[in-house]
Amino acid sequence: MNALRKHIHPGWLIIAPLLVMVMALYLGPILNILWLSVTDPEPGFGNYAKLGESDALIRILWTTVRICIITTVFSVTLGYSIAYAMMHCHQRQKNYMLTLLLVSFWISILVRTFSWLMLLGRRGLVNVALEDIGLIAEPIAFMRNELGVLIGMIHYMIPYAVLPLLVSMQAIDQRVMDASRNLGASGSQTFLRIYLPLTTPGLVASTLLVFILSLGFYVTPAVLGGGKVLMVAEYISVQLLVTLQWGTAAMLAALMLFGVLAMLWIMSRFMKLSTVFGGAAR
Amino acid sequence: MADLANTGSLQLRDVTKMFGTFRAVDSVNLDIQKGEFLTLLGPSGSGKTTLLMMIAGFLDITHGDIALDGASIADVPAEKRNFGMVFQGYALFPHMSVRDNVGYALSVRKKPAPEIKTRVDEMLELVQLQDFADRKPTQLSGGQQQRVALARALCFAPPVLLLDEPLGALDKKLRVEVQEQLKDIHRRIGTTFIYVTHDQEEALSMSDRIVIMRDGSIEQVGTPKELYERPATRFAASFLGKSNFITQGVKTFALRPEKIDLRVGQGGDDARTSGTIRSITYFGSMQRIIVDTAQGDEIEVDIDVWRNQEALSVGAAVDLLWQDAAAVELKET
Repeated sequence: MNALRKHIHPGWLIIAPLLVMVMALYLGPILNILWLSVTDPEPGFGNYAKLGESDALIRILWTTVRICIITTVFSVTLGYSIAYAMMHCHQRQKNYMLTLLLVSFWISILVRTFSWLMLLGRRGLVNVALEDIGLIAEPIAFMRNELGVLIGMIHYMIPYAVLPLLVSMQAIDQRVMDASRNLGASGSQTFLRIYLPLTTPGLVASTLLVFILSLGFYVTPAVLGGGKVLMVAEYISVQLLVTLQWGTAAMLAALMLFGVLAMLWIMSRFMKLSTVFGGAAR
Repeated sequence: MADLANTGSLQLRDVTKMFGTFRAVDSVNLDIQKGEFLTLLGPSGSGKTTLLMMIAGFLDITHGDIALDGASIADVPAEKRNFGMVFQGYALFPHMSVRDNVGYALSVRKKPAPEIKTRVDEMLELVQLQDFADRKPTQLSGGQQQRVALARALCFAPPVLLLDEPLGALDKKLRVEVQEQLKDIHRRIGTTFIYVTHDQEEALSMSDRIVIMRDGSIEQVGTPKELYERPATRFAASFLGKSNFITQGVKTFALRPEKIDLRVGQGGDDARTSGTIRSITYFGSMQRIIVDTAQGDEIEVDIDVWRNQEALSVGAAVDLLWQDAAAVELKET
């Protein structure tokens, strides 16, 4: 017992039950999926070989990556300006903005997705209004295409983009910005040379967060894409529930997992991940 | 490098800053000579930092005017004023090396790289940080960061350098060392220094002139010696150094503790007053003795430790003596 005490920090004993639970409930199923991807329907890398054979699979993956990239670019850019505005307005307005942000953050994704359907559908509020004032003759196709998926996803992702950015902007010492002005830098010079570099960890964190979350999006593409925009998550669910090709589903899931891990690894080559997830500018 | 010989005097006329209905700075009039080391001294809330921020251009002047060499700069934005500034906490750019920090002002002015390099090397030599050019600020000690901030603020040869409690974060021993360095640098470059502090010792030892501020107004201006020897008000006398106050009729006099002599025994002809010792505190280089006088006042006396060693004890009866010039009449209480 003494030897044990010497080598193991007592803190570990306290979190041990949690560790065991995470191992059992989290790592277990993941290993199971990895296992399935190389054993179902028969042992070997047949599932992975499909990637080279099936154009449909490649197209789905490409659609997913494309949508995720566009979503990330727009969410993070909009998120950056929202966070910036929140940091530079009065405390009162900042509180309002934060409340609105959190409210939309907390509303269920289903509710938000169907609200877009109400607004942007063929007989939705926007199309009807535009037709009534005579701006358009035919309804604009906002929904049942990639545009609809993008609108829904960007809207959903903006709070996720804003929060890490807000943290890294809050960590900036106003005196550092004053110092830059005092040394003769214009507003844009100060932004590009001081503010942007100091918020880079936040930018990276929100980019990673939004991109990774987007990869697994299911409800929004399914509802707003109207079956015409097939992303990986929906395809996996079809494989699981309809065609019962669990091996293919497991392979795609594993692929996404590896993709995310590879992204994190690449990022860790450039910066300490702890600064990214700590959010603080150092 | 700009020619500093003819620039760097500042004129403050009726400078006032209101925050809502609160007068943070109230009609300050002040002429600052070029090349001067001027200290704004006051307790927190006295308006000294607000005044400095108005000179730097970070705060608008509610009314009044600030002029550099006679030309108003009230409408010139901070980034165009060309005043160097050392911030409280230094405000170094954490993502840049020491070299890039120091060269920032020249680099945003789009100076050619070789010129920047030469100048930065010069500045790093001035603050003795040649070997630290490629470090990041977080890898430096507090004293070194302070010197980087100084080099950064001086790199573009500003006519005026503003220092906002630059030594506040340093420990006492280091502070004395950095004070010497600052004075030395001031002598060598001849830039006007405007220095904000609440530390009276710093103010006394470094400044050419001190401005004592209180509640947004100037209480008294003068050389350290003038202010110490001839304080005009009770506030000035007690904020800069320690002081006893003696009332005679309607007049109040300030009397420095080290200018009083103390003699064991009572009733001498030359005694100003007499009393008994209440406490003796030993400070190494001197001892502070508090005497309760017969009039019911309490007078502090600082005397050398080597004197009267055995006879001085709590409860002893003593005479207090001082010269006429030692008691300074105050304008008001």
